[in-house]
Amino acid sequence: MAAPPEEPAGVSCADLFFGFLGIGLSGFGGVMPWARRMVVEERRWLDAASFNDLLALCQFLPGPNVINLSVALGGRFAGWRGALAAFAGLMLAPMAIVIGLGALYTNYGDLALVQHLFRGLAAGASGLIVATAAKIAWPLRREKSALAIAALVWLAAAIFRAPLIAVLVAGTGLGLLAGWRAR
Amino acid sequence: MMLPLTLFLTFAALSPLAFGGGNTILPEMQREVVGVHHWLSTSDFVALYALAQAAPGPNMLVATLIGWRVDGLAGALAATFGLCLPSSLLTFVIAGLWWRFREAGWRRWIQAALVPVTVGLVGAGAAVIAAGTALGPLTAVLTALVALLTLASRVNPLWFLAASALAGVLGLA
Repeated sequence: MAAPPEEPAGVSCADLFFGFLGIGLSGFGGVMPWARRMVVEERRWLDAASFNDLLALCQFLPGPNVINLSVALGGRFAGWRGALAAFAGLMLAPMAIVIGLGALYTNYGDLALVQHLFRGLAAGASGLIVATAAKIAWPLRREKSALAIAALVWLAAAIFRAPLIAVLVAGTGLGLLAGWRAR
Repeated sequence: MMLPLTLFLTFAALSPLAFGGGNTILPEMQREVVGVHHWLSTSDFVALYALAQAAPGPNMLVATLIGWRVDGLAGALAATFGLCLPSSLLTFVIAGLWWRFREAGWRRWIQAALVPVTVGLVGAGAAVIAAGTALGPLTAVLTALVALLTLASRVNPLWFLAASALAGVLGLA
């Protein structure tokens, strides 16, 4: 994919690798909170709205969102090498850790102490994910129709557990309709 | 066929179906891994999934663990890349086009339609996960506390996670 001319300069493959390495290492309980923190708040590669734009695309395409985000962001800043660097940075540490945990858990998973530790950790990680959801919703706070669609999608997915494909198609369709009427 | 290749192909076939992050393909993954290939028992599959959730990194690391359990390091790499490669290639191509056409009217129209869906789905994911970890009033309070502190402060959230794990060990969760 040819690099577009106006892209933010100065983000190298090494930046991408280490940026996403940090995300992979700290991403307990889901990576999205850390990805947003690194990309938007710390390194300022994207502003909040551009991050949401890119995330929306990565969400729509198949595959884990954060992996898609690393590939898309790496590709935008440094072509296929950047995509590879960001992907490798994201996956390297978590793969090593998860295999180590697998080996540990096989031996010590029955200990009450370990189980309590994981329960606390999981509850804290949930809090982090809730906070990220709030931050991602924040840029929409003054757009009534967008908020209404987001609320419908939330209801369909969280409460009614509707099939994801149906939610994606219906939600996007509603959004397209709202956008068409608002022109 | 070589085991790593079978793992790669099995997970590569799931990759393009993983709309919305990957939890959608879990039933199909379980069917392949447990039912078709008999690599694991159902309870092993669930245990590996829970473990992958507890580890840092993308939640699809369950593929890494399954591959590792089936065929060691080669299996772990084959399953992980199988699950990531097709969707990543698609993302690479589409994201490039997406960026190139960012000023086009149709592109903005579609983008504006996608964003609320993302907001709703991320919110739904948060609700589902928080409901799953709220094993009692104390874990629920812990979740709410971490959410509020993360929104209200600029402290690195790793500290909140460490405190949560400690609270768990102390029997508060």
